[in-house]
Amino acid sequence: MLILKDINFKRDNKTILNNINLTLEDNKFYSITGPNGSGKSTLAKIIMGLVSPDTGNIIYNGKDITNLGVDERAKLGIGFAFQSPVTFKGLTVYDILKIATGSEVGKKEACDILSKVGLCAKEYIDRELNNSLSGGELKRIEIATIIARCPSISIFDEPEAGIDLWSFKYLTEVFKEIGTKRSGITIVISHQERILAIADEIILLEAGEIKEVGNKDVMLKGILSSDCLRGGNHE
Amino acid sequence: MNNIDKELLKEINDKFDENAEAYNIRKNGESIKRKINSYIDIVTKENKSGIDIYVKEDTLFGIVHIPVIITESGLTDVVYNDFHIGKNANVIIMAGCGIHNDLHQNSEHDGIHRFYLEENAKVKYVEKHYGEGKGTGKKVLNPTTEIYMKKGSKMTMDSVQIKGVDDTLRITKADLDDDTTLEISEKILTTGKETAKTEFIVNLNGENASVRVTSRSVAEGSSYQEFISNITGNTKCYAHVECDAIIKDEGKVKAIPEIYAKNIDANLIHEAAIGKIAGEQLSKLMTLGLNESEAEEVIIKGFLK
Repeated sequence: MLILKDINFKRDNKTILNNINLTLEDNKFYSITGPNGSGKSTLAKIIMGLVSPDTGNIIYNGKDITNLGVDERAKLGIGFAFQSPVTFKGLTVYDILKIATGSEVGKKEACDILSKVGLCAKEYIDRELNNSLSGGELKRIEIATIIARCPSISIFDEPEAGIDLWSFKYLTEVFKEIGTKRSGITIVISHQERILAIADEIILLEAGEIKEVGNKDVMLKGILSSDCLRGGNHE
Repeated sequence: MNNIDKELLKEINDKFDENAEAYNIRKNGESIKRKINSYIDIVTKENKSGIDIYVKEDTLFGIVHIPVIITESGLTDVVYNDFHIGKNANVIIMAGCGIHNDLHQNSEHDGIHRFYLEENAKVKYVEKHYGEGKGTGKKVLNPTTEIYMKKGSKMTMDSVQIKGVDDTLRITKADLDDDTTLEISEKILTTGKETAKTEFIVNLNGENASVRVTSRSVAEGSSYQEFISNITGNTKCYAHVECDAIIKDEGKVKAIPEIYAKNIDANLIHEAAIGKIAGEQLSKLMTLGLNESEAEEVIIKGFLK
């Protein structure tokens, strides 16, 4: 169970997150949605430790992890897929999957993980993780690092951002599978109806505050008739 | 050869052993062991220090090793090695120099290597430089490589210098005729107070000649590196020069690119990027459970792989 208690975060005198209180339960798939600039990505980064809150606490399975670094949280089982995947000159797809699994994973196993995100493993496994790969390919590899790591809390920051329609269609399938098979907590930040529809619960953020949390069937109707799915660009 | 010699040899060329088909081992300024065969001949120069290596035309998959080891402090070893590669020959040349210096005097190796590639010859040239030893004496390596390529010939050159060399000045010059391809990959890591200067001067003289230079370097500690490239396109030709450097601590890197198109059909590209390790690269690896210094090590190791 992950509890966010009284989380506040300001930058340049602007309130990004205002008194966030949230309890996320195991074995549930959550989608965080809301207009651009509502603080979704910041909230996700605060859970991973990439951003420190000004005040408030993060409690994971009864342990206060607010002051733990990113790597320490990773070791506790928190994983994060970046909105804009990072490239590395010299590191291959296989290298990053080996690091993600934290063990000397064999090529066959690494290929199986790649296949799960719809990449023909043979073609990609030895490719360098650089800009010769398209946005969609990098995104799938980014998601593959989370699948390889198999964390207890998986956070995906706008997986749909910057990818083509075909890749998106495939990604929704990947998330459907994660939603049905994965234990632990899955958090996906998204503007996309098809991803929100996979979630058990939807968290709606507006202007740095939690406007509503609830079952997706109830929430989706209201959200679809409002403005918050419009846009979908990077925060 | 004693254990230090063997260890140095292993550092610069772990594929080498005395069962190799052709080689010349040079130690402290003298050839100490040599093996030739029916298609690779090695001849000692008469008028100066060094050897001529002759690879017969039409040689298929020839391999020749020419390692150099220096264990004598205070020695300056200057050697002239000329490689004559016959028509259509295909050969791999494994070179490299290892210096072990435990004393206070400087040890230096200046290797002047000239490659003469006849028509359609193919050469893969691999060179690794390495220094070790506890003494205050510097380990200095100044390799000069000159490459003359005739029509249709191809050459790839991989050079690596990872730590331990105090000062280096590397000069690579090449003249390319029609339909030739030259690919150079260079990897340098300097640390402490080491300095490395590397200079590429390439003249693309023949139609459809092409050159690709990829330099990746890391400057740690208070080390200094300089990368100079000077590519001239005299005809319809192609050049791509890429210089990527990571700086750490007080490390400094200067890149001076020069590309000169003297013909309307010359297509010359230069890319240079110098900077510290990107914050998001560290963050990504830390989300995968590595701490900051482990992440840094992985990034640098991959970069210089």
